[in-house]
Amino acid sequence: MDQYVTHEHDVLVIGAGGAGLRAAIEASAMGCKTAVICKSLLGKAHTVMAEGGMAAAMANVDDRDSWKVHFADTMRGGQYLNNWRMAELHAKEAPSRVRELEAWGAVFDRTQEGKILQRNFGGHRYPRLAHVGDRTGLEMIRTLQDHGIHSGIEVFMEMTVIDLLKDGDRVIGVVGYDRERGRFRVWHAGAVVLATGGIGRAFSVTSNSWEYTGDGQSLAYRAGADLIDMEFVQFHPTGMVWPPSVKGILVTEGVRGEGGVLRNKDGKRFMFDDIPDNYKNQTADNEEEGWRYTQGDKSARRPPELLTRDHVARCINREVKAGRGSPHGGVFLDIAWIKERLPNAEEHIKKKLPSMYHQFHQLAGLDITKEPMEVGPTTHYVMGGVKVDGDSQMSTVPGLFAAGEVAAGLHGANRLGGNSLSDLVVFGKRAGEHAAKFAKEHGAGQINKQQVEEAIRLSLAPFDHGIEGGGESPYAIQHDLQQLMQDYVGIVRLEDEMQRALHGITLLKKRAERASAIGHREFNPGWHAAIDLRNLLTVSEAVALAAIERKESRGAQFREDFPDKSDECSKFNIVLRQSSDGSMCLSRQPTRELPPELKAIIEEQKS
Amino acid sequence: MPPTTFRIWRGDAKNADFREYTTEVSEGMVVLDAVHQIQAESAPDLACRWNCKAGKCGSCSAEINGKPRLMCMTRMNQLPPGETVTIEPMRSFPLVRDLVTDVSWNFEVKKRIKKFKPRKPDAEDGTWRMQQADVDRVQEFRKCIECFLCQDVCHVLRDHHKHNEFIGPRFLVYAAALEMHPLDTEDRLADLKNEHGIGYCNITKCCTKVCPEHITITDNAIIPLKERVVDEFYDPLTRLFRIFKPKKPAESTPA
Ligand SMILES: Cc1cc2nc3c(=O)[nH]c(=O)nc-3n(C[C@H](O)[C@H](O)[C@H](O)COP(=O)(O)OP(=O)(O)OC[C@H]3O[C@@H](n4cnc5c(N)ncnc54)[C@H](O)[C@@H]3O)c2cc1C
Ligand code: SF4
Ligand code: SF4
Ligand code: FES
Repeated sequence: MDQYVTHEHDVLVIGAGGAGLRAAIEASAMGCKTAVICKSLLGKAHTVMAEGGMAAAMANVDDRDSWKVHFADTMRGGQYLNNWRMAELHAKEAPSRVRELEAWGAVFDRTQEGKILQRNFGGHRYPRLAHVGDRTGLEMIRTLQDHGIHSGIEVFMEMTVIDLLKDGDRVIGVVGYDRERGRFRVWHAGAVVLATGGIGRAFSVTSNSWEYTGDGQSLAYRAGADLIDMEFVQFHPTGMVWPPSVKGILVTEGVRGEGGVLRNKDGKRFMFDDIPDNYKNQTADNEEEGWRYTQGDKSARRPPELLTRDHVARCINREVKAGRGSPHGGVFLDIAWIKERLPNAEEHIKKKLPSMYHQFHQLAGLDITKEPMEVGPTTHYVMGGVKVDGDSQMSTVPGLFAAGEVAAGLHGANRLGGNSLSDLVVFGKRAGEHAAKFAKEHGAGQINKQQVEEAIRLSLAPFDHGIEGGGESPYAIQHDLQQLMQDYVGIVRLEDEMQRALHGITLLKKRAERASAIGHREFNPGWHAAIDLRNLLTVSEAVALAAIERKESRGAQFREDFPDKSDECSKFNIVLRQSSDGSMCLSRQPTRELPPELKAIIEEQKS
Repeated sequence: MPPTTFRIWRGDAKNADFREYTTEVSEGMVVLDAVHQIQAESAPDLACRWNCKAGKCGSCSAEINGKPRLMCMTRMNQLPPGETVTIEPMRSFPLVRDLVTDVSWNFEVKKRIKKFKPRKPDAEDGTWRMQQADVDRVQEFRKCIECFLCQDVCHVLRDHHKHNEFIGPRFLVYAAALEMHPLDTEDRLADLKNEHGIGYCNITKCCTKVCPEHITITDNAIIPLKERVVDEFYDPLTRLFRIFKPKKPAESTPA
């Protein structure tokens, strides 16, 4: 058996995005010996790609904003399946977390009075997103990284965790390998925080990178933790559609926030045709009013382009299916038109959306200040994930915490743009704090050697298969899974298609057992892809199972066979757990009644 | 388009050489797509780094036809048609494998630069006031995606291997972002001169030319820093003056 080194820490954080770094900073500040493990280099996690901004009711731009409005917006967006405690804490604490970033060196865009500027975003009633042009995620991750490196946190870069280790009920460490040498290591810790992000790589069109293989969700699941809300996968309405190689890459919602409009091939602003009832009195019914809203007119209502993502994505889908799409199967997103309204439009666009300008210029050879972009839906974010306690972020397994995209609850059936970056720091901090407390109270547990060896044996199996030994390329299996999920469990869902997907997943599991790796263990992406398959398959199965169980359309889930919301389904969340025979079992968890004061806030904000 | 041939550097620190691969290039493809395609078709163990595929994370740095660039932002149709494309790892850093280099030195260097130290908050609620015009310059520097292409191209590191004495353009930009941050009160000038080797830079501007974020590294960051160092250490009047004055007057626009 392979030799491995063992590291000792109080708190171990898996993931170096916004959530992981914030958790580590907190645990370390509480006097815990803390380490962070991440698959890429420090500063390259997904958080770096976030563009539009982070939501926090600071009321710097519109003084009518408050945590209550933010709370109500988040619940409405999540169609009331949210963990309301998380929505409450998030709305209350986000402003302090933003200010803290400023105190650590972040440089947000400013208002005239020199405060942090906030911009409009879909589903947020008032301008609420603190931002830096369209590179807010970079600002966040760099600030946390630069602050973190001076706080005694040990960072293990380019290492991948393959399993959580348990002592009885409790998680007491992890086993992983370093990508550079392909050697195994064990991290022994008092508490473990998962901050591994999402699952986008389970689909073929996605804005997510290779890292998003559902590792955290699946590690937690295998360790006995509950997953919740896995049917809710967000398809962002605006991804690039052309050229093929960049299909899925995100076009920030900020484009629409700055006045960009959606048109079909006939030049029609089709979003005006379909405004859901519960948003009618907040949405402009003419172009003029919509434009005024984007320019900061407080008496105007927002344009329909800024309705929730699920809705906009479906409208785009409908236009394309009805043959009114753009040449490459999307619709047009036009920001260039604002030159009719603004004298210095070209400069304005470049200043407000520099990386979008750059991205289209470089990758599509298109000047967004002159021509409309072509866009279509792309898999973007998973609302579901590890079920956690709202206050402490502990999962259903003692000693295992989760924060950020890997955790579930805050967003319910759908996430509002900008609510993720704030989620990361609000709950990253909480997870770090409570993990530190847990570690201090419980000390270290016992590592079970057999468990380590079994994990190592499994991950080396791809080398035994080889291509000659009847093995198969992991890329082919991954590709087929992505296509399957995209086709059958995507933006528009149907029972029999999803059953087909489940059947397909069963077959792919068999193929994955024969996935092979060639060459040696040093920085071998083929081998890594083979190891990742297990996680991708687990989360895919979870999404499909939960989506079949929810026989309604709500938030991000759209069922063609059940196009409406159902009362019955509004009363539960879907939980997935590994049963003793290793199969995935599903149950309904009744939603918790809102306390009267929160209920009152929601009612108040409905008007 | 006809199939294109790629010469890709394969191997590790001990033993490496170019290997040729041929693959079909389709419309709109970038060099990183071609590398991925080669991985999927014929070289599953070909090592390279990437994350965002949109020029935002700075992972996919390499030398393409001898020029330091991001693979994800280099479109195939920007390269001479029909000719072989050469892809090498960054040459200023030790090779790990194939296109992956050991860039850990950069992370160590950053730790040696004194961290951000803000002045007392301006408002009761613990917040500050800054005008947009006063943060524009710092925001330019903070666009850096840490691709380290500027470090790769700088001759002080690449040819003269002054890694122990010189922090390189990336970290001069980093130091400038801190020094010119309107809220910062730390003094890094002595370090820049004595520990960080700002004097090694002879303003060749090669770093600025390769920066994918178009940061004007030399003109906006390095030269003003050099001027501050000169003011601080070689101009007796300023020096005297500084004894009686806080390091940063309520300065808004940096010199
Ligand atoms: C293009 C794009 C734009 C976005 N724009 C916005 C926006 O404007 N506003 C907003 O609020 N949200 C936005 N989002 C969403 C938001 O960026 C993400 O949800 C968020 O950054 C996730 O952060 P995180 O800390 O949970 O995880 P990440 O930042 O993804 O970090 C995950 C970390 O876990 C590590 N990891 C994963 N698996 C393992 C393993 N097995 N072993 C070790 N390490 C592991 C990874 O290496 C990485 O370091 C955007 C997302 C994308 C893709
Ligand atoms: S300008 Fe200075 S830092 Fe930049 S490449 Fe030339 S010597 Fe190096
Ligand atoms: S300054 Fe430019 S070239 Fe240098 S690391 Fe930053 S982004 Fe890359
Ligand atoms: S992959 Fe992120 S910069 Fe190229």
